[in-house]
Amino acid sequence: MAFLTLDGIVKTYGDFTAIAGLDLAVEKGEFLSLLGPSGCGKTTTLQSIAGFVQPTAGRIVLDGRDITHVRPEKRGLGIVFQSYALFPHMTVAENVSFGLEMRGVPRSERGQRVQSALDMVRLHGLGERYPKALSGGQRQRVAIARALAIRPDLLLLDEPMSNLDAKLREDMHIELRAIQRDLGITTILVTHDQVEAMTMSDRIAVMHGGRIVQIGSPFDTYERPQSPFASSFLGKTNAFAGAVHTRKPRCYEVKVDNLMFHVPHEGHQFDGDVNVYLRPEKIHLADVATARLRGKVRMRVFLGNLWLIGVESSLGPVNLTQPNFGAPPPMEGEEVGLTWSDDDLRLLEREVANGHV
Amino acid sequence: MATYDAERVGSAPWLLTGPALLVFVTLLAAPLVLTAMLSLNLFSDTEGVIPVYTLANYLEVFGDDYFHEIFLRTGGMALAVTFFSVLIGVPETLIIARMRSPWRSLFLLVVLGPLLISVVVRTLGWAILLGNNGLINQALQALGITEFPIRMMFTQFGVVLALTHVLVPFMVIAVWASLQKLDLQVEQAGLSLGASRMTTFRRVVLPQIMPGILSGSIIVFALAASAFATPAIIGGRRLKVVATAAYDEFLGSLNWPLGAAIAVLLLIANLVIVVGCSRLAERRFKQVFE
Amino acid sequence: MYRNGFFSLAFHTLFIAFIVAPLVVVMAVSFTGEGYISLPTDGLSLRWFHTLWENQEMADAFWLSLKLGLVSATFATLLAVPAALAISRYNFPGRGAITGFLLSPLMIPSVVLGIAFLRFFSLAQVGGSLWALSITHVIVVLPYALRLTLASTIGLERDAEQAALSLGAGRLKVFWRVILPRIRTGVIGGWLLAFIQSFDELTMTVFVATPGTTTLPVAMYNQISQTIDPLITAVSTVLIVGTLALMLLLDRLVGLDRVLIGEKQ
Repeated sequence: MAFLTLDGIVKTYGDFTAIAGLDLAVEKGEFLSLLGPSGCGKTTTLQSIAGFVQPTAGRIVLDGRDITHVRPEKRGLGIVFQSYALFPHMTVAENVSFGLEMRGVPRSERGQRVQSALDMVRLHGLGERYPKALSGGQRQRVAIARALAIRPDLLLLDEPMSNLDAKLREDMHIELRAIQRDLGITTILVTHDQVEAMTMSDRIAVMHGGRIVQIGSPFDTYERPQSPFASSFLGKTNAFAGAVHTRKPRCYEVKVDNLMFHVPHEGHQFDGDVNVYLRPEKIHLADVATARLRGKVRMRVFLGNLWLIGVESSLGPVNLTQPNFGAPPPMEGEEVGLTWSDDDLRLLEREVANGHV
Repeated sequence: MATYDAERVGSAPWLLTGPALLVFVTLLAAPLVLTAMLSLNLFSDTEGVIPVYTLANYLEVFGDDYFHEIFLRTGGMALAVTFFSVLIGVPETLIIARMRSPWRSLFLLVVLGPLLISVVVRTLGWAILLGNNGLINQALQALGITEFPIRMMFTQFGVVLALTHVLVPFMVIAVWASLQKLDLQVEQAGLSLGASRMTTFRRVVLPQIMPGILSGSIIVFALAASAFATPAIIGGRRLKVVATAAYDEFLGSLNWPLGAAIAVLLLIANLVIVVGCSRLAERRFKQVFE
Repeated sequence: MYRNGFFSLAFHTLFIAFIVAPLVVVMAVSFTGEGYISLPTDGLSLRWFHTLWENQEMADAFWLSLKLGLVSATFATLLAVPAALAISRYNFPGRGAITGFLLSPLMIPSVVLGIAFLRFFSLAQVGGSLWALSITHVIVVLPYALRLTLASTIGLERDAEQAALSLGAGRLKVFWRVILPRIRTGVIGGWLLAFIQSFDELTMTVFVATPGTTTLPVAMYNQISQTIDPLITAVSTVLIVGTLALMLLLDRLVGLDRVLIGEKQ
């Protein structure tokens, strides 16, 4: 049995359904992200695990113990809050020590554990400062140290990086991931930032409308989105509206305008109207004469490591990215050819695409 | 705050604040100075105010048991009012803060609204309730709890009760303002670290609203110590406080210099307490809060 | 935050009862048909409201308080608005001291203010006129008008003004067309609060009011000092209802919590 199990969790507020029947199993030592836009129910899910929200229905089992009705202060979870929620009237050391004190850890041992927690987040020597005197990144580290000092069974991270600037955030992703691996602590991260989720997680659960719509490793989730929502929320994509023409043993032939796409089989049955998806980084510039698709460069944007190129083709606008090899790509207005590998094409039903997941 | 550079300011701020300053200097500062000077004059029943300068009035106030009693009583009642305002005002503010809309704003209005209703009206209500034939005594007698009316009018208890009613909204305002600055997630953080609700309140929430409680206490104490209408109506002629004593000297015995001396002492005591306590509180909390 | 438990709600009920009891009692008593203080037993009587209607003394006091409130709130606002603009947007030496000085009547006990004004008027020999009384009220209520106006001028970005200036508007035009509309609610709220404070002022006024200039609170206080009769509860009921109406207006305009609690700065 998994270390943490969420079994049919439902949470409603009057007419509003925040979580619409959610099942989730997290293995010991795993780093799992709940990823989705605001209002998808990810924070409510985290709050249910933490015990601040009482689910309307369902069961939460942690390490074989049913904690659905256990009070939050008895759950023993480490939580890093979005606002950090540091106690402003206590020093950094007092903040980190608070949870230990509540557990009746003797004073002598407390000092030592506070020190090692602060060392772990590289805040050595800042114990006597008040939170007010720290930078945003340092406050974040205090919040992590405070949550980890009690050696919780489970670490919950509620959008912990949303108040940091971009550069600091990238550094924290890597550092936090390293700490998590070192301690082997089971961790659940709530975020709307797909880069954050992909950098740090073993698995990503994409949430939408109070449900998990897809769960898997970052690579699988990105490469094989199972819904239009997942495919557009995780990274960018080009969508082409077409219809299944013939079904062959190893692929579907999908007709988009007068172009035939050969989309590999992935076990699903498709018929009628479908969308063909193709990620921008999977499209390559090619010789105009031999290319699968032709168009005119509408715009090109330099992003440093990448070029983003917009092409007006006979199938409508197509976006692609190309690594910065050192030579500039075609000029705006130039005629270009586009090509791709059939293996990179993905297929989803059109009804699903337009309607709800 | 958006301000212009000091060099570019010129005379604009002086032109803008000038009219108000002019009125305040001539009609506030001057009368206060005149009052301070008056307090140094002497008074006789036959000649009225005698324009000599002496500390005789202050020595009288400091030396006379009659005035000692008045100042001590005023201070004691103000302390009691402050104590009760903390005792009931702080929990009530927390309770309202935990309510959902629309109850939250509704009850905030019910609690704060009386501030805008005349003190005379609010005190009148207590006079009607507390009298020997008042509603509380009528009810107690009708219920057979007491045979004879309990005296509540013209007692310190009555004054403290009515003043607490008049002033407790200021405590609510101060605590409410400090609650607005509180990050609600700290409560969850306390719980998640294993503290019980009680401990979370005592160790996490209370220290953070302490500045609000202190500033509320300072306001309530200052207003209670200088209150006039409520002690005058509920306390009556015998139970004098500093403000009513000054009033009596001025408009009763017509001893203006002595009345002025009492007023100056009240003003100084008020300023010392308000400024002193605020400074202390600021120093205590400065390193922690912004 | 977690929710209130049983004890919290029980405490809350008692607290609210404590807050509204005196006001409810005053209003209930005013509908008695008896000649003394008592709760109406057989039906509500408007007897004391009729008596009040014919009472010239209270009527005079009411009109005086009304005039006084209108005049002093208006002058206080006229003085407070430019001062608030200067304080909130210019960095000049003495800014803090000037702000403190203009807010100082809040810190000075009303009794002291009353004595000071009485002394001043007796020396200047101008006591007893509506204008003298108005000036004292302007000083007492100006801090309220200033605080609310400051709350709306502080944090007002200057870019809209700069835009207006760049479009060719003169300074006066900028004030009327750009600044005033944006601080309007603060100014109106300040005026209303100043009016209410002036209308209710007792402690200071008791010193400077003369038989010819008796305001409503002073008349009520004098009456209560002698005897408490149902007439005074009828006056009080009218005042409570009137204040409630103004409160609702204030709440609509600026939000009562903003008026009473003030803005975070």
